[in-house]
Amino acid sequence: MNDEMKDINQMPKKSPLSFQIDLQKFEKATDEEKRQQEVMSESISFFKDGVRKLMKNPLAVGSIIALIAIVLMIVIVPHIVPYGYSDIISVNGVRDKAAKNMAPFTWSEMEQKYIDDGGKLFPHIMGTDEMGRDYFVRVIYGTRVSLVVGIFAALLVLIIGVIYGSISGYLGGKVDLVMMRIVDIIYSLPDMLMVVLLSVVLREILNVDQFPFLRKLGVNMISLFMVFALLYWTGMARMVRGQILTIKSNDYVLAAKVSGAKAGRIIRKHILPNSISVIIITAALQVPSAIFTESFLSFIGLGVQAPMPSLGSLANAARAGISQYSYKLIFPAVMICLITLSCNLLGDGLRDAFDPKLRR
Amino acid sequence: MSEHILSVQNLHTSFKTSKGDVHAVNGVSFNLDAGKILGIVGESGSGKSVTAYSIMRILESNGDITGGQILFKGKDITKFTEKEMREFRGKCCSIIFQDPMTSLNPVFTVGSQLKEAIELHTERKGKEAEARAIEMLTLVGVNEPEKRIKQYPFELSGGMRQRVMIAMALSCEPDILIADEPTTALDVTIQAQILELMQDLQKKLGMAIIMVTHDLGVIADMCDEIIVMYGGRVCERGTAEHIFYNPKHEYTKGLLQSIPNVDRMGEKLVPIPGTPINLLNMPKGCAFCPRCENAMKICLDEIPPEMLMPDGHFASCWLNVKEAMEKGEV
Amino acid sequence: MSNNETTKNEYLLEVKDLKQYFLVKTGFMKSLPLKAVDGVSFNIKPGETLGLVGESGCGKTTVGRTILHLYNPTGGEILFDGKPVTPKTIDSMRKEMQMVFQDPYSSLNPRMTVEDIIGEPLDVHKMYKTKEERREKVLELMKLVGLNAEHATRYAHEFSGGQRQRIGIARALATNPKFIVCDEAVSALDVSIQAQVINMFEELQEKLGVAYLFIAHDLLVVRHISDRIAVMYLGRIVEIGDADEVSEHPIHPYTESLLSAVPYPDPKMAKERKRIVLEGDVPSPLHMPSGCAFRTRCKYATEQCAKECPPLVDKGNGHQVACWNR
Repeated sequence: MNDEMKDINQMPKKSPLSFQIDLQKFEKATDEEKRQQEVMSESISFFKDGVRKLMKNPLAVGSIIALIAIVLMIVIVPHIVPYGYSDIISVNGVRDKAAKNMAPFTWSEMEQKYIDDGGKLFPHIMGTDEMGRDYFVRVIYGTRVSLVVGIFAALLVLIIGVIYGSISGYLGGKVDLVMMRIVDIIYSLPDMLMVVLLSVVLREILNVDQFPFLRKLGVNMISLFMVFALLYWTGMARMVRGQILTIKSNDYVLAAKVSGAKAGRIIRKHILPNSISVIIITAALQVPSAIFTESFLSFIGLGVQAPMPSLGSLANAARAGISQYSYKLIFPAVMICLITLSCNLLGDGLRDAFDPKLRR
Repeated sequence: MSEHILSVQNLHTSFKTSKGDVHAVNGVSFNLDAGKILGIVGESGSGKSVTAYSIMRILESNGDITGGQILFKGKDITKFTEKEMREFRGKCCSIIFQDPMTSLNPVFTVGSQLKEAIELHTERKGKEAEARAIEMLTLVGVNEPEKRIKQYPFELSGGMRQRVMIAMALSCEPDILIADEPTTALDVTIQAQILELMQDLQKKLGMAIIMVTHDLGVIADMCDEIIVMYGGRVCERGTAEHIFYNPKHEYTKGLLQSIPNVDRMGEKLVPIPGTPINLLNMPKGCAFCPRCENAMKICLDEIPPEMLMPDGHFASCWLNVKEAMEKGEV
Repeated sequence: MSNNETTKNEYLLEVKDLKQYFLVKTGFMKSLPLKAVDGVSFNIKPGETLGLVGESGCGKTTVGRTILHLYNPTGGEILFDGKPVTPKTIDSMRKEMQMVFQDPYSSLNPRMTVEDIIGEPLDVHKMYKTKEERREKVLELMKLVGLNAEHATRYAHEFSGGQRQRIGIARALATNPKFIVCDEAVSALDVSIQAQVINMFEELQEKLGVAYLFIAHDLLVVRHISDRIAVMYLGRIVEIGDADEVSEHPIHPYTESLLSAVPYPDPKMAKERKRIVLEGDVPSPLHMPSGCAFRTRCKYATEQCAKECPPLVDKGNGHQVACWNR
């Protein structure tokens, strides 16, 4: 027995004698004193907790700032810059034929004379294009088109994918089997080919002139949207289905069933709220993919109808003079990169912040 | 006089988390003698598993030993380099985990996993290692070992997998075997088989065992010495008789009263009030104080010292100090 | 809120020859029935607790879920309060039968507040007229299970395991059920918290007269809380009777070995016990042995055991055993 004591006493030990023990301290502690030790942290909902995490992520915050800046730009700039996207530069009402392919912040001869005479002209921040139109405005409009296309396409994919995926995931069994095989088939179709075919076919069929809005967009855009609606939702459907299968296996879904809840209520109250984070993240990551596809199509000439610019068509047009006017390619390319990168980083940031699986 | 094969002295281990530092182990000391079975019993948050992982130095990346010493045959493990640790693990001290499903690699056969351990730590290679693997499987009671060697983990039952784990752990004849909740995931009849196997092997091979568990029944049956942990500290240390029949710490007493026991069937259970400790918000004094019925003011402020009890075991509770003072022994 | 009204029948729940088979794919175009529950019969009186024990794969969880029609039964009959429980009638009976789940972490929706979780059964069955009424009922339930009223607006992930289990119990009590299936309701809790929850189950039974089907694998806990115990092996009940009687004088060889394997938290008793260790593992439920499922591990097995499955025979005082040789 003594040996044991010696062993543990290898480290310096206080013997009770060495305490200056205040005898009063041996009285019973009250409940209040004990309770002071227990503190429950403040209540935060899942959403707020996620937002807090998101704000701590510098890349995500940077992306949000970049995207807000871009959106502000495309809203404000057309009101500031006096040039239209299809306006050929004219000075005093006279077409300036020499104002083609100007470098940024330079003036044509006519414009220079106008300024010397005391007139005020808004600078060509990005120069002009090969038809004499202000490039900056065209880039901004191009961004607008690309963003709108990206967001709408992502929305389409979101709606179709979520509905399809949730029905398939929730019902399970044979229905799920059949629905997923359809997805497999669609997944294997070549999308570029479909877009081209569709745009050719639609041009014949659709009487576009009746709808001025559609005319502005062009047949190509419509076919692009149609292809998105037909083909691109498969990724989202799969993700949603997977998430639903995971959620279904949780006991709280069973508990809802035992309580008597019907399928509709279970989907609304239990399954969808818990899959929202996955849906949003996947949707956020769809936007850059849609923009990229649109840019690519515009690049090969199947995009928006001229004179409406899109970032891709601008890049395509810039190919011609790439050696002399390389800036004409750089501006739209940088814009595409910026949007795509921001959306990707934001999507990643959202996933890190909201995905429950990654919670420590 | 026999030197302890393992001596843990004032061990402190902490984890860095986004919410602050979690002090999982706060000054744990105990000794392990060769050939004995030591049980570490506690609930979740008690720090028992972290203590075991600290000994093997297999803590997660955000965890670290922040104080104290762990002496294995006199040498301080906490100061070992990674190379020295690699030689230590498996050869001197090995560990079996709770979940046999996830402890074995599903893409390798049982045989290749066994051979890997053998080849790393002993001189045997190739055919010799395989023979040794078969020998180990027979030792742990796996039937048809030649056939089992070629099987994958998913083809085996839970009990069988745990036996394979034990075989792997013992293949290098370690001096110490750490068992971290080895039977919690198993059925009761399989649990009985595995515990019996461990006791048999311990008699045959003579290694020391550290048994980490929350199950007081398992502890009562197997262990020579027991330490009870709560909130990262040792509440009580002693033999099974001491702990079960003469507990001197309020937590141990509360624990024993809150489990159904055969000779008290029909009586209402007396639960320990409150909720388990939040390691992010540890009390200044005794970790158990907020839940203790007999807590005193001193318990709130000061950590109780470890005292030797009249029957020869150790407990860390201010009530014992009070009792000793009243008897005039201090 | 008491459910002590005298029912017309002696039994609240009667389960007769319940069967639950799952089809499992064993190959291309081939599938075998997994007989998770293969002819289970028992009765529960109002306010009584029947403990259902067995090891993994014995089908005890499936029994609970089949009674509540989370799976539709493959065969057999279930009578609740004398009325048959079928996929058609279950919806009208959901108020009377509820369930408490094992895992306190996955049984509560992380996006819902405590108030919404507990209030969901009230919402589904439209058991209130105004929002205030709903709030009141929820707070009453929370008080019943020992939760603070101020916790109603918090989210599930902010609570400990024991508190979450209380939330789950409050949810189960919301519709005033007469019968609750407790599916390993305390198994995932720390020992010191288990005692709190077990006591709460007992108090609720005293106050409200609820009957429990207490499914668990911890034999000491089951013996403590149950009036009667049923032991299952591979989808069948092998022994059923009074809790203390079955625990102290088991007749079926499986029950004997099961009880002898339970570790007692008592060193002297542990050393004195004679352990009956079963050899081998549980056979796969896809390939059950013919006749008595236990015969492959039984030391009393005879030829008759291979030919025919023994029925439950009353050995006196309601203690029933399914064995040819005992």
